[in-house]
Formats: sequence, structure tokens, C-alpha cells
Amino acid sequence: MAEIVKGETGDWEIVIGMEVHAQITSQSKLFSGAATAFGAEPNSQVSFVDAAMPGMLPVLNQYCVEQAIRTGLGLNAQINMTSVFERKNYFYPDLPQGYQISQFQHPIVGEGEIEIDLSDGTVKPIRIERLHMEQDAGKSLHDQHPTKSFVDLNRSGTALMEIVSRPDIRGAEEAAAYLSKLRMILRYLGTCDGNMDEGSMRADVNLSMRRVGEEKLGTRCEIKNVNSIKAVQMAIAYESRRQVEVLENGGTIKQETRLWDPAKGETRSMRSKEEAHDYRYFPDPDLLPLVLQPQLVEKIEASLPELPDQKKHRFMSEFGLGAYDASVLIAERSRADFFEQAAKGRNAKLVANWLLNELLALLNKEGKSIAESPISAAHLGQLVGLISDNTISGKIAKDVFADMFASGKDASQIVEEKGLKQVTDTGAIEKTIDEVLAENADKVGEFRSGKDKLFGFFVGQVMKKSGGKLNPSAVNDILMAKLKS
Amino acid sequence: MSIDKEIVRKVAGLARLSLSESDLERFTPQVAGIVKWVEMLGEVNTENVAPLANVVNVDLKLRPDIISDGGYQDKILANAPESMEGFFVVPKVVE
Repeated sequence: MAEIVKGETGDWEIVIGMEVHAQITSQSKLFSGAATAFGAEPNSQVSFVDAAMPGMLPVLNQYCVEQAIRTGLGLNAQINMTSVFERKNYFYPDLPQGYQISQFQHPIVGEGEIEIDLSDGTVKPIRIERLHMEQDAGKSLHDQHPTKSFVDLNRSGTALMEIVSRPDIRGAEEAAAYLSKLRMILRYLGTCDGNMDEGSMRADVNLSMRRVGEEKLGTRCEIKNVNSIKAVQMAIAYESRRQVEVLENGGTIKQETRLWDPAKGETRSMRSKEEAHDYRYFPDPDLLPLVLQPQLVEKIEASLPELPDQKKHRFMSEFGLGAYDASVLIAERSRADFFEQAAKGRNAKLVANWLLNELLALLNKEGKSIAESPISAAHLGQLVGLISDNTISGKIAKDVFADMFASGKDASQIVEEKGLKQVTDTGAIEKTIDEVLAENADKVGEFRSGKDKLFGFFVGQVMKKSGGKLNPSAVNDILMAKLKS
Repeated sequence: MSIDKEIVRKVAGLARLSLSESDLERFTPQVAGIVKWVEMLGEVNTENVAPLANVVNVDLKLRPDIISDGGYQDKILANAPESMEGFFVVPKVVE
């Protein structure tokens, strides 16, 4: 579903490629033994390697390499058995080495592909160009002092994966879907926590415009500092309009880096970055090429978890769920696990309904995650079991559910304590019906002389008298028989 | 590749070196000489020869993912011309 920007002179197509920086989940840094935890005292998680003290040498973290391979496999990508670390040279106060150790000509992961799910129910493949490992820089704070910047190197040297897509993305919705799916895959794999607000996943958007029908790509701008999915969508909306305006007024787009300003809702040129764009990459003489053993890649491949799309397709075929329900259930691994646990031995479709329509809605309202749910997966399954075997009616189940959520008790206990068990005993049902008919003898007469609509009234009275505990279909059958006799 | 004054000026700029016009006059032939000397290697036929990454026959050594370093903020900041509350303090570098 390509998004079209309507210009003064015709329709324009948005063409986007994304560069996502994902912090690798690891205890220690890519080339040093300093810790990576978020939010520590400034400069307390810095080794002499990270501070680029003279003579210090980088030593590569084995686990980070495995995480990059795992991610590559999760992106259905080619793993390159030989990759090379190079130095990307530029100056900035939060980069003490004066260069970033990155991979350039020979990344560890090559071409891959993931599927994104769009709101109209369609699925679109997005090609991945590459994934490479690199060091993160430190952090600069500019708002602490009128004339000074403060530098914290805790993040310096933390392992990143840069994941580069092909320019296959055609608008804000697809960009958001791509980021969501990528984050889901990283979280399933456990290779990145995907927290955009802590900066452990960051996106740069490369955007260009071309007239609909044109094959050739236009000149692109790289938009930085887009730190949430919402910001990505807003930046794309702004930048696509800006470029169309420039092009339609006879201007040309300059290839440049632009900064997204969330406060002003606009992108603006980062002039100082221009001249620094000559990075003079060369192989890092401190590091030999990284050569992988095929056994390592095979071992990681064998240990991969079921990935979101595989899980979605299995939920659809195994449990008979629709594509939409399945995609909501797999959006978080913990949610999918909860569902599978609850559905074990139960009516899975009914479990999915209760989970999606009742439990998730209520958790959402209370700002709780599924891990904090007062109703456990086993308890939800039990509730559905009680509905399926006619112990309670669907209507009573709603009250039991509310009680379970409030008290944390299980369904059987509540049904037992409150005497909510559905009455299926014909004798008891008949007795209640007889009472209702006796109390409403006039209405019975009206019904028999043709006022069929009164049937609902009798059902209502019977259910009311019994506190909703009578089995509804038995009530219907017996009541009809008695009225017609 | 021929090295002229503009290339030397650009490379110096990227390396944050300030060179005067007379410095450029002096260094341009020197840099050109170095590059020309290295270019002599181009006389060797390297077709079908893989690039050599190192001259010692060893593999890249990896380390396990264990926290074994850091935790010495005072030492990291010891040489800093200016620091405050655990941060390095530098002239403002924001646009």
C-alpha cells in the first residue's frame, strides 16, 4: 500500500530505506570487559579501552558475535564466514578513539528479508541489505551548562548491530510496520531489548521522492534523531512534503543529513556533518579478520526459537485462529506463551477471545503487562473449561472473570463459593419455569393467543429468578414446550 | 594518484590539523613523495592473490562475555583537563 503525496503537478511516491541501530544484549562491551547496564553513574562503566587510553587493545566479545549471527539467521539472511573490522574516522567529544570500529566492506551478515504486516491484512516483504557490528559512542549532554558540554563514556564501546534495509519501504505505515516487526524479531531472539526510549534501538530514515511511475530513485536525505515509531511516522510525513515542495518549485534535493526536531515537528539540515562525511575507512590493524566456524553457525541455527511469523502461521493452522487474532497474540512472546499455556486442552478459539477481548483490554486499562496479570494462564484456561463443559454460562463467566481479576482466586473456587454453578437438572429448571408461568398467568394467555414476542419476557423472568444460573438452552427448550402445551 | 595542495589541505582539515600556506608548500611534495613510494607496490602482479590480513598465522582471539573491567571513574577522569560530577567537561559542541 504505497502512500502517495499529492503535489501541485502530480502524484509522488515516497521511497524509504532504514538504518536501525540495535544495541546487542550482552553483559560486557564489544571490545572490553566493562559493563553495559543502562543508567549507571557517569563514567563508571568505562575501561581504558573504551576511553582510548594509549596502548590499549580491543579484544572481541564472543557472545556479541553469536548474537549478530543469531540476528542474521532471524532475518533470513546470509552469514558471511569472514568479516572484517574497519576504522571509521571522525572527531566528536564522545568518541575518544577518534574513530569508530565498524564493519564496512565485509559485514558479518549479508542479504536477507523479513515480512511486514499491513493494516489492510496484506503482507509485504522488505529486503535487508546487510547487518554489521560496530561500537557505540558515548553520550554528550548539552543542557547542563551554558558554555560546556558534559560527556559520559558509559555507552562508549557498547556493541551495536546496524541493520540496513533496501529502499523497499513506501511510506509512514510501512516504516512503522517494519520497525515493529524488526523489534519483535530482535526480542524473540533475545539479541536486543528493543527499548527505543532508552536508546537501545534507534532508527535513521533515508527518504527520497519520485513521481509515480518513475523507476529511477531520487536524491535522498538521511533523517537522524527519530527515536520512536511515532516520531518516524511524523518525520516521514514532514520530510516527504518538504521534498515535494522543493522539487515542484524547480529546486533540487541536496544529499544531506537532517535532524528531526520533535519539539518543532520539522527536519533541519545538520551543516556541520557535511564536511565530516569523509570517513576514510581502513581495516583496523588491531584486529584480525573474523573467521567463523561452520559448526558455530549450525549450532546457533539449531537453537533458534520459533520466530514471530512462524508462530503466527502455526496459531492459524493449529488453533484455527484468524490472521488478525494470531498477529495480536504473537506481538509479544510473553503474550503468545500465555495463550498457549491457557489453550492447552481447551477450546483455543474461546481462549483467544477471552484473552484478547477481556483480559488484554483490562490489563491495558490498568497499565499492566501480561506478566503482571492477576489471572494466570492456567486460571484463564480453567474458566474457559467451565464454560465449555456447561458448568457456568457465558454470562456468569463475565462476573466470575471480574472476580478473578480483582481477587486472584481461580474460577472453580469462585463458582463454588458463590454457588454460581449452572443448573442443568431438568427438574429444578421446570420448577422455576412453573413458578414464573404461575405468577404471569395473564401473559401466558396473551402468548397463547399469538403474542410470540413475549417468549423473551418469560426467558428473562426465569433467568432473573434463578440468578442467571439455569442453562440457557435447556430453559429455552422446556419453556417453549410448556407454553405450547 | 597525484597529490596536490588541495588534497593535503583537505586531509589536514579532516585530521584537525591547521596548516598555513607555507606549511602546505612544504608538506605537499613530502606527502606526494610518500604516496609515490608506496605506489611502487603497484608494480607487483597481485592478481589471484588474496589480501594479506596479517603476517603471523593466528586466528582472531575472542573473549567470553564477562564483566571484568571498568568501575574506576576516578582513573578514567584523572587526565581530564576539566570534569564535574563524574562527567568530562568540554567546550559546548551543539548546533
